[in-house]
Amino acid sequence: MTGFTAIDIFSSGIRLATPYLYASIGENFGQLSGILNLGVDGIMLMGAYAAFFTTVKTGSLVLGLLAAGVVGALLGLAMAFISVTMKAEQGISGIGLYLFGLGMSELLFKKTLGEVQTVAGFAPVYIPWLSNIPVVGEILFRQNVLAYGAFALVPVSWFVLYKTPLGLKVRAVGQNPEGADSLGVSVARVRYLAVTIGGILSGIAGASLSIALLNVFQENLTYGMGFIAVALVYFGGWRLSGLLTGAILFSMVNALQLWAQVRGIKIPSEFALMIPYVITILVLAALAKRRIHAPAALNKPFERGEG
Amino acid sequence: MQSKKTFLLIAGILFLVFSLGIEVRAEPFRVAVILPSTIGDLAFSQSMYDSLVAVQKEMGPKNFQFNYSEKLYVLADAGVALRDYATKGYDLVIAHGAQYGSVLAEIAPDFPKVSFAWGNSRDNFSSKGVKNVFAFEIHAEQGGYLNGVLAAKITRKGIIGVIGPMNAGDCKMYVSGFKAGVLATNPKATVNITWTGSFSDVALASEAAQTHINAGADILTGAAQIQAGAVGVARQRGVYWLASQADQTSLAPEIVVASAIYEWRPLLRTLVKEIKGGTRGEKVFTLDYSNDSIRMIINQSVLEKALRGKAEKGTEKALLGKTEKDMKEGKIKINIE
Repeated sequence: MTGFTAIDIFSSGIRLATPYLYASIGENFGQLSGILNLGVDGIMLMGAYAAFFTTVKTGSLVLGLLAAGVVGALLGLAMAFISVTMKAEQGISGIGLYLFGLGMSELLFKKTLGEVQTVAGFAPVYIPWLSNIPVVGEILFRQNVLAYGAFALVPVSWFVLYKTPLGLKVRAVGQNPEGADSLGVSVARVRYLAVTIGGILSGIAGASLSIALLNVFQENLTYGMGFIAVALVYFGGWRLSGLLTGAILFSMVNALQLWAQVRGIKIPSEFALMIPYVITILVLAALAKRRIHAPAALNKPFERGEG
Repeated sequence: MQSKKTFLLIAGILFLVFSLGIEVRAEPFRVAVILPSTIGDLAFSQSMYDSLVAVQKEMGPKNFQFNYSEKLYVLADAGVALRDYATKGYDLVIAHGAQYGSVLAEIAPDFPKVSFAWGNSRDNFSSKGVKNVFAFEIHAEQGGYLNGVLAAKITRKGIIGVIGPMNAGDCKMYVSGFKAGVLATNPKATVNITWTGSFSDVALASEAAQTHINAGADILTGAAQIQAGAVGVARQRGVYWLASQADQTSLAPEIVVASAIYEWRPLLRTLVKEIKGGTRGEKVFTLDYSNDSIRMIINQSVLEKALRGKAEKGTEKALLGKTEKDMKEGKIKINIE
């Protein structure tokens, strides 16, 4: 096997983790504020389409990324309106958003582009000096720019959530909206913001597929990635470290099973495909603390005056 | 009295005009198709759609009309569509996918005057007394074999990657044929195969392509609609691609060397002829290279570029001529592994 080493497996895992990180960090914002958004996959699909279409028509990847963010923001706002203002049941409305994104992205693709095609997406960028560090440099610093963005988002999100007033408000309205309200925090405004941030990041997660990792758009491109991202938030215990661990673990094991198949290791392919899901669930379940850290007000609409 | 005679005369003339009109105006042959994916997938479903469009062009829209339903991978939905089409007076309803067998076996007997066709299969349910189903089986391994021969001639590193969806049906046939074609041409070549477990997981197919390229593959192939994800990666990394099922040159014109496509026109023409001749089913059609149901589309400039510096010429005749001749004469036997 020529030049095919563990470095390639880890590098592949980092690459695969990119969309999961964007989507699950975005969903984490929303859930910490008390809103469950099961429509992440639909937003990812719309973001993927918007990025791809814009790139095809303008030739600009940056505009494509921007389009994905804008579309994600709009759909996040829609979800916020449904969940916060209309106080609709969040699980059902999230599924509705998912189905909307699934159908609309495909319809728009058919009407505007028609046939599957590829684009020249974000190529790997070698970070000067860092990419030459043996092993670590080869794994971490030879990725595309959206992968760097996904991993940089982890400490940035941590800082925002735990070191800024905004982050405090987000966690407060998710944990005790009545208390936050009594202190003058606008629960609705904070939730709107958190879910919109989630939408933006889900849109960018979709763009990371269509104009970076895959360089193609097709119907149901995400194939349920958004739901896995939502699950990662739960399994990560609403902690960014847990979320990061889950995303990397899942992606690494996926990369490993592909490597095993290429090496001709005789395990049934169905078993190989199952392994990432099983191992991720087992490891995260073992690492989770006994106390559940779900936001106390998750999936509960806030009505001022209600006890 | 005069007005009554005039009335009868006019009625008689009108009757003659309309009856002559009915006699002259032939009903178009109407076909309905259910598909597991979209018509723009540049793979399985698109190959059938393209062939239907081509047959309509050959016969004329007034003589051949078709309708289709896409993305019917859920069998319950497919069953509803099949019944719906059958009740709407279509001459032929095609269930394009091996997964539709059980549903079709249940529905076809309820509509004895409608002809159904399905594939990839050799079971027309005649053993169960069903008389209105045709079955068709396309020998995808032949297209795989031809692509495999090309891959073996193009590769410089001797490592070739295959990205398959599920190890079943025509995809399994294609991959088996591809591997056989490679090893028959260059026994020392390495063919690495991965299965994504899905016809739709484009992201995993894309990562599989990355894995193959990291493992040293300088030419890749695949099957089903997941190919698009792998082609995107191949294009980014400058690795050649051999397509299957439909012409994928438009996906990446600079790296797609050839496409071993499914050509359904011979089947469609045969089905139209059979049904018009009064046969509603109970037949099995074998579709292969010899009856032009497998066809190679060569991207000549890319092929020449891929072979630059090599001894062999970059034409279909030079590279595949003998193989194609042997295949037509039935001299090439391929085991499906």
